[in-house]
Amino acid sequence: MPSTPTRRQPERAMTAKTNATQPFADRLDAAAESLPGGGRPWLDRLRAEARAVYRETGLPGPKVEAWKYTNLNRLRRTGFAADAAPAAKVDTVPVGNALSIAAHQAVLVNGRFRPELSSLPEAGDGVEVMRFADALAREPSLLESRFGRIAPPAGMPLVALNTALATDGLVIRFRKGKTAEMPVHIVSIGAAAGEPVMFQPRLLVIVEEDAGGCILESHIGTGDGIYFSNGVAEIAVERGAMLRHYKLQNEHPSAFHLATAKAELAERAHYESFVLQVGGRLARNEIHAHIGGRRVECRLAGAYLLRGEQHVDNTTFIDHAAPESVSRELYKGVLDGTARGVFQGKILVRRDAQKTDGHQLNKALLLSRGAEIDSKPELEIYADDVKCSHGATAGELDDDALFYLQSRGIDEDTARGLLVDAFVGEAIEQIAHEASRTAFRQVVEGWLAEGRSKNQRDGDSEA
Amino acid sequence: MTALLDIKNLHVSVGEREILKGVDLTINPGEVHAVMGPNGTGKSTLSYVLAGREGYDITDGTITFMGQDLLALEPHERACMGIFLAFQYPVEIPGVAGTTFLKTALNALRKYRGEGELDAMQFLKHVRAKAKALDISDEMLRRPLNVGFSGGEKKRNEVLQMAVLEPKLAVLDETDSGLDIDALKVVADGVNAMRSPERSMLIITHYQRLLDYIVPDHVHVLVAGRIVASGGKELAHELEAKGYAQYADAAAA
Repeated sequence: MPSTPTRRQPERAMTAKTNATQPFADRLDAAAESLPGGGRPWLDRLRAEARAVYRETGLPGPKVEAWKYTNLNRLRRTGFAADAAPAAKVDTVPVGNALSIAAHQAVLVNGRFRPELSSLPEAGDGVEVMRFADALAREPSLLESRFGRIAPPAGMPLVALNTALATDGLVIRFRKGKTAEMPVHIVSIGAAAGEPVMFQPRLLVIVEEDAGGCILESHIGTGDGIYFSNGVAEIAVERGAMLRHYKLQNEHPSAFHLATAKAELAERAHYESFVLQVGGRLARNEIHAHIGGRRVECRLAGAYLLRGEQHVDNTTFIDHAAPESVSRELYKGVLDGTARGVFQGKILVRRDAQKTDGHQLNKALLLSRGAEIDSKPELEIYADDVKCSHGATAGELDDDALFYLQSRGIDEDTARGLLVDAFVGEAIEQIAHEASRTAFRQVVEGWLAEGRSKNQRDGDSEA
Repeated sequence: MTALLDIKNLHVSVGEREILKGVDLTINPGEVHAVMGPNGTGKSTLSYVLAGREGYDITDGTITFMGQDLLALEPHERACMGIFLAFQYPVEIPGVAGTTFLKTALNALRKYRGEGELDAMQFLKHVRAKAKALDISDEMLRRPLNVGFSGGEKKRNEVLQMAVLEPKLAVLDETDSGLDIDALKVVADGVNAMRSPERSMLIITHYQRLLDYIVPDHVHVLVAGRIVASGGKELAHELEAKGYAQYADAAAA
């Protein structure tokens, strides 16, 4: 994780060097004036700190260990419009790119909540969805105790950037002791035409004691312009509570998608995360899970299916700070073209976290010679009675298996599809919620079909 | 009678090494041929070349199947035309359920032949009776293809695939290897049940034992990349008694 030094003093940049070359630094002060909730001392202080952190470090560069394999130069070079709102002419949710599932739906366009496109849960559904401004007005203490506390800006420049600029966001709360039957589906739409736009989706999830629920995220794009989504999710899973959190990153092929999720897991909490990344030009999904109580179960799984020139990064950090907890990680990647995948997974077992049971595995399948995977698994263990392991593999499709299928009449493209599907299937199987699993399977099938039709076109043009 | 398969002067190399050095073999519809020979003589090469596996250079000769140039076809096209290779070592494919695999294969064949695809119910109906005859349970069918199967289960599964896909030419590559006598009987019964005037078989084996159960019409001896002797089923017994050494000189010639 980044060890970049940061300073706590707010507005340090006013007295020290102002790093004028850092992208987006120039818009921090202007944004500060217009953000909702201004005038609340705790929120003003938090935003000031965020500005200071970002000014100090800016976008992380390749010399920062955690960003060694994912270079943000392409993002750095792109000029973004000051305000994302005018570019967002979206009257309907584009069909086909988001997960297809029956759920409460909350739609964000360029980071702003769009009530007319949403269908939120009602009282009695066991879950509430509020936009930030409303939550601030109605229950300021709810935000004050969580917002910017689970994911503080210090040491996290992208979290800082989001915190300093986020104009809107969602608060989702699962009520104590209740299990919400229907999932909440957040559809975040990036909409750009012409000038590139950037936005800062923000999410706060609170799963109260012994509550249970399921959140899905679909990150998709519309229009032909470049956009940059820099999301932050703060998640609190309280004692005995359960959260299933599934995310689809299916951004526009020219988009930048950087996202950081931080989860605080209390005693006996159960957190299950699945992330499927298929979209974007440059994407990184970072998950930090902090196990703060005994007997937590934390399952992180994911798949990344890449082609063309995509660069997609999955970075995870599981911090075992309490004993007797279990963590499981399984990520599987399929890379074609000249795509590049990055997997960084760190498991930290602190001295008091005895009886920790942690296992992590990243497996990548390279479909072309130009594709590349960088895997960096890390275990850091300070307790002496633990069971921890990690592994990473990279390989090609098995020629024997391919020939076996072909020898039974299955053409090469279909045979490859079956084998890739089987490979990815192991990760998809980790999704415990059946309807969600089906929805993600459909996305995988779509990705494979797209590859087949692409091969078909390539074949035709060769003929 | 038009030959189903006609191999003429087939020369095959792997890298610098020539494995098959001029093989001629003609199989008519309904005939069961056995190719016997010591290890490393090119028996498996012959089966892989027929099925279209990559990595074999055909340096000379022709293979005609149902009047078509077989060597011009992709492996899946050969299968669709009716060539089936029962593998010596069936491949384990994790994550692909046996039923999914077999349904995909059957429907690919049916599509190629201009027949309608079967839905899940029709497919199961088609498969169940055949599976039962080979002592293959529904549970085994649903499992990932060949994963964790015993040697006998794998070979039974090969024969099931053959029964479901109904090929015109079945090539059985060392189908008896790794089988105890009971498993061998089940497999042989399965194969014999498929013998018909329209279906030909090419049985590749090191030992005569299998040919007690699947009795061939013709036996060929392949030594050092050439067929050095051909005859009826009695040739297999002669080989069992005398061994392959008698052909070493012929092969070297």
